[in-house]
Amino acid sequence: MSSEALQHAHDEHRDDAASKLGMWLFLFTELLLFGGLFLVYSIYRNMNMEDFHAGSAHLDIFIGAINTIVLITSSATVAISITAIQKKHYRLAKGLLWFTILAAGVFMVNKYFEWGHKFEIGLYPGGDMFEAMPGGERLFFVLYYFMTGLHGLHVIIGAIIIGFVIKEINQGKQTYDNFAFHENAGLYWHLVDLIWIFLFPLMYLII
Amino acid sequence: MDDNVTSKPQLNFFEDTGGRKGIFKWILSTDHKRIGLLYFYSIISFFMVGVALGLLMRLELLEPGGQYIDANTYNSAFTLHGVIMIFLFIIPGIPAVFGNLILPIIIGAKDVAFPRVNLLSWYLYVIGAFFALSTLVFGDGPADTGWTFYAPYSVNTSTNVSMSVLAAFILGFSSILTGLNFLVTMHRMRAPGMTWMRMPLFAWGLYATAWIQLLATPIVGITLLMIVAERFLGVGLFDPSLGGDPILYQHMFWIYSHPAVYVMILPAMGVISEIIPTFSQRKIFGYKAIAFSSLFIAFVGYTVWGHHMFTSGMSGSARIIFSILTFIVAIPSAIKVFNWLATMYGGSIDLKPAMLFALGFIFLFLIGGLTGLVVGALATDVHLHDTYFVVGHFHYVMFGGTGFAFIAALYYWFPKIYGKMYDVKQATIAFWVMFTGFNILYFPMLVVGIMGMPRRYYDYLPQFHVPNIISTVGSWILVTGLIMVIINFFKAKKISAEEAKNPWGGLTLEWTVQSPPTVLNFDEIPTVTSGPYEYQNKEER
Ligand code: HEM
Ligand SMILES: [Cu+2]
Repeated sequence: MSSEALQHAHDEHRDDAASKLGMWLFLFTELLLFGGLFLVYSIYRNMNMEDFHAGSAHLDIFIGAINTIVLITSSATVAISITAIQKKHYRLAKGLLWFTILAAGVFMVNKYFEWGHKFEIGLYPGGDMFEAMPGGERLFFVLYYFMTGLHGLHVIIGAIIIGFVIKEINQGKQTYDNFAFHENAGLYWHLVDLIWIFLFPLMYLII
Repeated sequence: MDDNVTSKPQLNFFEDTGGRKGIFKWILSTDHKRIGLLYFYSIISFFMVGVALGLLMRLELLEPGGQYIDANTYNSAFTLHGVIMIFLFIIPGIPAVFGNLILPIIIGAKDVAFPRVNLLSWYLYVIGAFFALSTLVFGDGPADTGWTFYAPYSVNTSTNVSMSVLAAFILGFSSILTGLNFLVTMHRMRAPGMTWMRMPLFAWGLYATAWIQLLATPIVGITLLMIVAERFLGVGLFDPSLGGDPILYQHMFWIYSHPAVYVMILPAMGVISEIIPTFSQRKIFGYKAIAFSSLFIAFVGYTVWGHHMFTSGMSGSARIIFSILTFIVAIPSAIKVFNWLATMYGGSIDLKPAMLFALGFIFLFLIGGLTGLVVGALATDVHLHDTYFVVGHFHYVMFGGTGFAFIAALYYWFPKIYGKMYDVKQATIAFWVMFTGFNILYFPMLVVGIMGMPRRYYDYLPQFHVPNIISTVGSWILVTGLIMVIINFFKAKKISAEEAKNPWGGLTLEWTVQSPPTVLNFDEIPTVTSGPYEYQNKEER
């Protein structure tokens, strides 16, 4: 075999079950990554009940709820798009993915307003309002920024990955009988959604 | 396993460049063997930097008082030494080098499950290494916290902690991806007929390791990110003066870093489990016990992190529980040692260099393990915590254990990978030099630790002088042995393909393929019909 042919043989290798297994394991590590933060959060919450309570009162449940709905909807559209590609409805599949990216955008814009408002009133490390708070409340906000920030980063990464799926559908690389990447991107997006579903009650709702 | 030699020899992986030129033959290749060698060369380079720092510290400790470096430099030296040795050498060492070189072949696969992710892991490794070493030149010098980055000091010191911590974070990612890749490879790509109970023990070692890499690394990753956030934002996640809890940091750190100890040792045990049967020409004793003890170690290893914190303020009952659990982990390790000894018992032992290093491993690891019980026991640890006894203990485990296994693996698989042979006699001498130097270097540390000399100090009281002289002289002998190993490596000579194919009479799959292997490893994926170590049936084949 010439080396080109060998290279080809390498590329031909395809095992959808393997890529799915790999993705699940990866998602597992992501869960543990956030799990570490949830652990720290719960410990400090337990140590500073009152302060965390007061801190969470500063959060806007309305925006949070909107964002929850936006993310859940986008998770649904990703899931439907996987069914669509299996049925060869490529336009529909792409449309649904575009919708998901749009939802990611809406989520981030909301986040921007949410964070922006807090920065305006001095609710950030170094800001007047923040510095005047008791230690526990400051811890709450540090964790709030850290956790929602890291989650926001995942939203952006997820949207970019979905963008690549759309590109591959256009190039004919993702097809009705070969959509492992599409499916894995969907799994990733579900994780982003799932983490938010934990973050929202933990940060905004628990009183 | 059929043994028919192909009539037309195919290009091996050195010759077959995949159509790439120059350095791109290497840094763009997704062949697991090339990636393994990329790791090998980079890891060895960093290891030598780490050794140089170790020598520098030993030199400073030759006499009481400050001679060559000041206290701050010493602090940076042991931190960078620790960071390099732990994150750049011993954790990735055997999995990234020999896992990549050998694992796919030993289970009868053409490559790992995700070749491009594999290359990505190497890039992450290099970026992380660059970050770690860049602290030498950028910022206010390397971190001076010790490789554990304990808060609150790591939050307040002006040295370049953020960079080192980011390095560890990136290296963690690299480690996760390697583990993930190996897990999927072993689940999906074993040759037909290779059931789990026929999988070679090296693969079992990597399998258990991969789970730890996957399940523990993310936790330390996020913990280290919190340190960076705390430094940049000046917020009090772990700083008690700002409301944080430094003990929480220690818990989070050791939840990973204790299991990480098994990432260092389990692959090494896997290597030893390959070498012992080959050089005794006997079936391994207690295959299942060895395989399952790896999983058991990995599993119980998660529950013992608290033994690092006996003196930092835990409840009495927590300390007792952690102490008991620590003793329990010793059981599966002992099972392995007994099985190796039982395998050798009555066998025709062939003391080739690889076997010598394997025996050296068992001896040094035993000392490491037994001293581990001493620091794992609550009462004795309170006396020995942060003394040189601990430094002696972990060097026996990590360097005497995993480090020696690394060299054993090199001497074992060298002819397979390069199609060359090193000078066996010189390698034997190098072993004895290293082994002697090692004990002269580290045994006095155990003694001086019991006498009460604390670790992480650039100076000591006069009564500790003699053991320190001995120890420093030992470091020179040990390094002489290391240099001999490296010279021997460069002087290795090409041997015929047949000689290189199976020089030790091993039975695992990698000895059935061409040396050096072809790009796809096998002309035809073999079908496995028996366990990997059936030496008693060898004549009948
Ligand atoms: C010639 C080889 C080596 C020499 C001379 C050497 C020497 C030393 C010395 C003098 C210390 C400082 C102890 C203290 O002040 O507390 C130290 C620390 C350490 N060494 Fe080594 N060492 C060598 C190889 C290794 C290897 C191969 C490893 C790992 C596999 C290793 C891992 C460590 C670690 C983790 C620390 C602790 C750093 C810290 O306290 O933060 N060393 N070594
Ligand atoms: Cu430990």
